[in-house]
Amino acid sequence: MVADDPAVAVAEPKAPASSLSPEIQIDLYRQMVRIRRFEEKSAQAFMRAAIKGFCHLYIGQEAVAVGALSVLEARDAVITAYRDHGVALARGTPARACMAELFGKQTGCSHGMGGSMHLFDRAHHFYGGHAIVGSHTAVAAGLAFAQQYENTGGVTLCLLGEGAVNQGVFSETLNLVSLWKLPIVFLIENNDYAMGTSVSRSSAGLPLVNRGSAFDMAGRTANGMDIEDVRAKVAEAINLARTEHLPTLLEVNTYRYRGHSMSDPDTYRTKEEIEEHKKSDPILLYRRKLEGRQVLSDALAKQIDADARAEAQDALTFAEQSPEPDLDFAFSLRFSAEDQIDPIPRPRYSDI
Amino acid sequence: MAKITYRQALNQAMAEEMERDPSVFLIGEEVAEYQGAFKVSQGLLQRFGAKRVVDTPISEAAFSGLAVGAALYGLRPIVEFMNWSFSFVAFDQLINNVGSLRFMSGGQFDLPMVFRGPSGGGTQIGATHSHCPESWFAGVPALTVVSPAFPEDAKGLLKSSIRSNNPVFFFEGERLYGLEGEVPDADFLTPIGEAKVCREGDDLTIVSGGYSTHVALSAAEALSANGKEADLIDLRTIKPYDFDRVARSVRKTNRLLIVEENKPFAGWGAQIAYDVQHRLFDWLDAPILRVTGLDLPQPYNGKLEAQVLPNVERILAAARQLLA
Ligand SMILES: Cc1ncc(C[n+]2csc(CCOP(=O)(O)OP(=O)(O)O)c2C)c(N)n1
Repeated sequence: MVADDPAVAVAEPKAPASSLSPEIQIDLYRQMVRIRRFEEKSAQAFMRAAIKGFCHLYIGQEAVAVGALSVLEARDAVITAYRDHGVALARGTPARACMAELFGKQTGCSHGMGGSMHLFDRAHHFYGGHAIVGSHTAVAAGLAFAQQYENTGGVTLCLLGEGAVNQGVFSETLNLVSLWKLPIVFLIENNDYAMGTSVSRSSAGLPLVNRGSAFDMAGRTANGMDIEDVRAKVAEAINLARTEHLPTLLEVNTYRYRGHSMSDPDTYRTKEEIEEHKKSDPILLYRRKLEGRQVLSDALAKQIDADARAEAQDALTFAEQSPEPDLDFAFSLRFSAEDQIDPIPRPRYSDI
Repeated sequence: MAKITYRQALNQAMAEEMERDPSVFLIGEEVAEYQGAFKVSQGLLQRFGAKRVVDTPISEAAFSGLAVGAALYGLRPIVEFMNWSFSFVAFDQLINNVGSLRFMSGGQFDLPMVFRGPSGGGTQIGATHSHCPESWFAGVPALTVVSPAFPEDAKGLLKSSIRSNNPVFFFEGERLYGLEGEVPDADFLTPIGEAKVCREGDDLTIVSGGYSTHVALSAAEALSANGKEADLIDLRTIKPYDFDRVARSVRKTNRLLIVEENKPFAGWGAQIAYDVQHRLFDWLDAPILRVTGLDLPQPYNGKLEAQVLPNVERILAAARQLLA
């Protein structure tokens, strides 16, 4: 046994081996780095006004989307709120299409109509990008309803911010999914703040995972700075949804490093608080863990970082060089074509 | 007179009215500790305390309904929507309760309340955040709809709205908050239902409101450079709008152009156009024209959004058509 060797015993204790294959571990790490670098590029582009409107960064929360989405199958559905860049990337939406959307370009995943908060990607079963707080949680139930109706074997993962739990529609939805046993997992990304309001100022009955118990829903919590913990807890919940048709409410504790959006002066918390959380940075922690397991070498980590930077730069260049959508194209998006009834006249009601 | 921003004007209006009447309180998301998402309530928490400047969870339906109850009981709530687009979460409260309770109870209850916040597009925040719902609410019989374009009116109208014994839906603009203007130092009220003439001319009448008034003003200046003078009427109150002031101008110019940011179908301008053709038919030398937001959900792309909103180019095109 290696542990009996006195020469090894004085060395640093090794991290326990993971049940995950080295390939999976490296991929989890890579996906988080991709998102971090993409978001840093987005921030720079916003600062020079190439990205407009609202821009909510995912920095600090990477382990949540990456860990959670890593256990999904292609047929599963994913839906989230407006802090959606990391979720789209983790789902497989190309960085180019995401960045082009942030730039409002024709080549963006929503063809320039949605912007940062409204990324959509049907091909990857990514149902958005939703900016009315709480609203998408009911839509998520509808995805799960349809999956059950059509017997696809797919499940729905719905991410929401902790601020969204206080919308009435969320409570109504929890009741429905539990009553009707829909194959869905609600994942609360609890990053402590909804804009400037800390969770303790907005929500009674903490922890938030309790919100499911009135409806007899399974509830679990996970450490959102530990990607393998997120992955394991989401895997259990997804399994429950897929095999037993039982919904779960997960509360994943995480932290956002940047302001609520790029426009937030971020004066409601101290620099020290932010720095303290950065010590448990999900990327840093996982890198150390993988190095300890000798799954990740320094050279490979550098390579992953260089690739992620190159991908973000490529996405940026692509976005900058892409064409803008025009008005006729925008009008063409208003209505679906009819094929079961006669076409419906669609006047524009404005000739000037 | 002091030069202050539209934002400061609203802030002063709330502060003065809260000072004057202890039953007035402000409730909404981020209004207290964060000092307002757009800093309109800056300093109010410090001045009036957490009892009267109330931060809420993200629960528009609940806090709007709560405000209705408080008003029924005799308080005078000011409800801030961080954006009017978020008010739709509370649509039932706004339409069924605010819109009906006084009437349905046979007039037993008053609803002295103000719902306020920014509306409209132009900041590239997409279809769900850029609505201009003035006309939708104006369709509800019991509601008063106000939309000031200038700091002085923002202050005077908000004070009147707070003192009104009826529910007032008050529309501000993210693009208006930083606008500066002269505001009287003395306590003053701007009457609800009275329009203001921003510019005088004999060639055509332009009627507008809110942010669009500023776009119309730029267009009127461009027209003037080409020798055509517009009478520009800023409605200030959308419902009830000042028909008499519009009529006086139309009798002078015989041509009417309406500029409104909302979508064309059943926008408030359609009501004005109906009233004017109905009551002043013989005074018109040309068909009434409207420049509105285009009939599309608001696109994120900046160039497209600029085309979708009423803009100087489209106003000039309409004016040329009217004057031809
Ligand atoms: C119905 C509605 N009300 C208010 C807002 C404004 N708003 C946008 S994000 C936000 C905070 C949401 O916080 P949380 O759900 O915790 O998500 P996080 O930003 O932390 O990801 C608020 C109040 C909105 N978009 N929709």
